[in-house]
Amino acid sequence: MSSVSHDTPLTVAGRPFASRLLVGTGKYRDFDETAAAIEASGADVVTFAVRRTNLGQNPDEANLLDAISPSRYTLLPNTAGCYTAKDAVRTCRLARELLDGHNLVKLEVLGDDKTLYPNVIETLAAAETLVNDGFDVMVYTSDDPIVAKELERRGCCAVMPLGSLIGSGHGLLNPATLALILEQAEVPVLVDAGIGTASDAALAMEMGCDGVLMNSAIAHAKQPALMASAMRKAIEAGREAFLAERMPRRASASASSPFAGRINA
Amino acid sequence: MQIQLNGEPYRLNADSTLATLIESLGLAGRRIAIEVNEEIVPRSLHAETPLHAGDRVEVVHAIGGG
Repeated sequence: MSSVSHDTPLTVAGRPFASRLLVGTGKYRDFDETAAAIEASGADVVTFAVRRTNLGQNPDEANLLDAISPSRYTLLPNTAGCYTAKDAVRTCRLARELLDGHNLVKLEVLGDDKTLYPNVIETLAAAETLVNDGFDVMVYTSDDPIVAKELERRGCCAVMPLGSLIGSGHGLLNPATLALILEQAEVPVLVDAGIGTASDAALAMEMGCDGVLMNSAIAHAKQPALMASAMRKAIEAGREAFLAERMPRRASASASSPFAGRINA
Repeated sequence: MQIQLNGEPYRLNADSTLATLIESLGLAGRRIAIEVNEEIVPRSLHAETPLHAGDRVEVVHAIGGG
């Protein structure tokens, strides 16, 4: 951040983060590419998934947590791939064990394979169980303001509506509903899913989102580390523009150079 | 005896504990988490957790995801 801005850090469940860009670790070619992109993104919070260990095949296989050190980054386990509240809760408990008691999680309970749209009924149930079990729950949800509020009421520490479908790169398809969520929210709101390029991320931040979580937009760019750097700047630019409070839109022109003293006056 | 290990049948000695299973899989000291019959078994309890025929054991680790 430049010296002219006086921003406060993104604070989620009492944890301050300097960067408002949160990144995933999926879809990269290898751990070197993952590590380079995450470095370039400047992110503090890095998401990962929990899966069955391949047994008996290659016990010396490299581990994601060797490439992305838990001492350097705040690791955010997700429940991607879960279609029921029960599976999502089990996954979070496994992740907490994996990370020695770390209790910040990203809850997502999906509806179907084609859309990966959140199943909000299962999500609400899982959120309630996890909060009661001592988890700090950042929750992926639809851009429905009523559901967002219900998740907040159940104790979620951040609400993360989709911009568009996961991995679609369509950007923010419904800024109007996102604005409704932002207007009412008393916890941080982060756009999670759908970002395609830097301007999408900047727009989310200009609207007043507290942060953006993305994976595919960086990992599926031809040059992931370069896109990660672009996203870092977009997030910072969008945030500063939001804090600066943009000029009003006008129906007609407003000259920037004074009329007085023109040579033809 | 036979257990279900990550969804597959797996044979092991009758006096096995979770710790001996992990050892035999070459996973000792690895960053993993374990569930037996849908309950987490904390790392500190692996050595004193006996396994029984029919137990459903899940061994998981972190992978890339968004």
